[in-house]
Amino acid sequence: MIAPAVGVLFDGFAYGMLLFLLSVGLSVTLGMMNFVNLAHGSFAMVGAYVAVSLMGLGWPFFATLPCAFLVAGVISVGFERTLFRRVYRASDLQQVLLTIGLAFISVAAAAWFYGTMQQPVRLPVYLRTYATFMGINFSIYRLFLIAVALAVTGLLVGALDYTRFGAQVRAAVDNQRMAQGLGVDVDTVFAITFALGSGLAGLGGALAIEIVGLDPNFTFTYLIYVLIVVAVGGLGSIRGSLLAAILLGVSDAAGKYYVPTLGAFLIYLVMVSLLLWRPSGLFGRR
Amino acid sequence: MAGVADPHQYLAAKQRWAPIEVAFWLAMLLPFVLVPTYLPLASQIAITAIFAVSLDLILGYAGLVSLGHAAYFGLGAYTAGLIAKAGWGEPFSGLLIGGAAAGLFGHLTGYIVVRVRHLALIMITLGIGLLLYEVANRASWLTGGNDGLQGVAMWPLFGSFDFDLYGYTAYAYSLAVLFAVVLAARRLVHSPFGLSLRAIRENERRMPAIGAPSRARLRTIYTIAATIAGIGGALLAQTTQFVSLGALSFERSAELIVILVIGGTGRLYGGVVGAIVYMVARDRLSGMNPQYWYFWIGLMLIGVVLFLPNGILGGLATLLPRRSRAS
Repeated sequence: MIAPAVGVLFDGFAYGMLLFLLSVGLSVTLGMMNFVNLAHGSFAMVGAYVAVSLMGLGWPFFATLPCAFLVAGVISVGFERTLFRRVYRASDLQQVLLTIGLAFISVAAAAWFYGTMQQPVRLPVYLRTYATFMGINFSIYRLFLIAVALAVTGLLVGALDYTRFGAQVRAAVDNQRMAQGLGVDVDTVFAITFALGSGLAGLGGALAIEIVGLDPNFTFTYLIYVLIVVAVGGLGSIRGSLLAAILLGVSDAAGKYYVPTLGAFLIYLVMVSLLLWRPSGLFGRR
Repeated sequence: MAGVADPHQYLAAKQRWAPIEVAFWLAMLLPFVLVPTYLPLASQIAITAIFAVSLDLILGYAGLVSLGHAAYFGLGAYTAGLIAKAGWGEPFSGLLIGGAAAGLFGHLTGYIVVRVRHLALIMITLGIGLLLYEVANRASWLTGGNDGLQGVAMWPLFGSFDFDLYGYTAYAYSLAVLFAVVLAARRLVHSPFGLSLRAIRENERRMPAIGAPSRARLRTIYTIAATIAGIGGALLAQTTQFVSLGALSFERSAELIVILVIGGTGRLYGGVVGAIVYMVARDRLSGMNPQYWYFWIGLMLIGVVLFLPNGILGGLATLLPRRSRAS
């Protein structure tokens, strides 16, 4: 009785950590610029395809992860500088349309270059094994995933709370115009944050292949989950995103295990009720 | 609009039929003689146009961005389909019942939707759409699940016009309903109520201060829009005699926003023009892999946002002299 419950909790926690990596960047950029970026899932997909391509060239799995981070970050900042910044002052609808248009194009591009089938991923053997603890099997890969996500969280929270750049980001999230008035170069801070956030999505994408697979629809499948995490957690809140991601991951795993007939129904219901209770999210300030 | 001092005169002037509108509706009859083989596509266009007009009422006029409008369309489609399957195949009453079911659901969800804004609004409408999709998917004993609802048998329209293979009846029926819907929407947006919706869109906080309760009005228009979407869905179920889960899907909601935005939001005919352009383009390009069709939608969206922020009709309106505006 206990063992399956622990297993479900563990799987859900690992899944939540993955969702956190995928969504934290969107949460911060949304909180800072109020920019609804539905193309965020595309940057995760870029990271995933970078990892797959490099592994196809014979690179080891671990070497592909930083590349996924870098490529997704660089590509995203290219779009940010050329395309997205034109609609920062436009309405929600315009932002949604522009970014969803980009997401559509990325889906088509992925299908063009890689085809529509699932991409294979070859993990190192030692990541594919299980550790047994008190009679329960823990996937090494999921442990690794949790470790990476926790390390990233620690780095993010530390950087945000204790560095000069982090203070600028927090100031810009709290009040963009005031921060600008006090001499913070919000434009540059935003570009860097955007690149970091999309890079993290790319890293998350690369790490996600083993768990959820990769095909061109990745963008839209995970976009909905990412949006749920961001909306429930509250814009611009790292702690909120972390909590919402874990909540979502665990309830998804538990729902699939205990009430499989309900499917994703439960998650949507929880989201709608949480947003009715607190429209700006669990940790949202606006 | 400057120079007309009396608001009643202003609204009355708006209600007058422009020659271009009359010409537009006459042109909608052309498919019967010019391209009779494309009548099934033409009725799909008319149905999509009905759906787009309903979204325009909440998105274009009242400023509520909804990513889940397909919920009402699909609900109307399933209601009409199930009634016909259960043995009552009379089209016109089925249409009204489908619309009423969607309107009722719209009224109930309206209480939720009008409470939130920005990202929460997008997420709640999206959530409602996904919830309904999941319900229909799980209740496969009722809806047929992934296989769709089959065995929808329609009686002849008004007892004498059969739904033929060539789509004559289907297009005439759809076009008549579209005309009625546009007529109603036209009356609505050029009424004081419609004017107050636009004012709420511009400044939601100020309207209660001058005596127009924002939330109550938004709920009303949300219910109306849901009803019209349900009528569109019911029409789809009746003319194709089939309902698929796709009628409720997120893709349909997203596609609808694309259609409306391409045509032009807040312009009454924007949805109709968008539906024509989009559906014809999709029909022409449908030889391609659907994955590449996404590429063109994406490109269209980015192009519209960057270069035609008011859609095709908005672009035309800036090119043509002011008085010939078709809205």
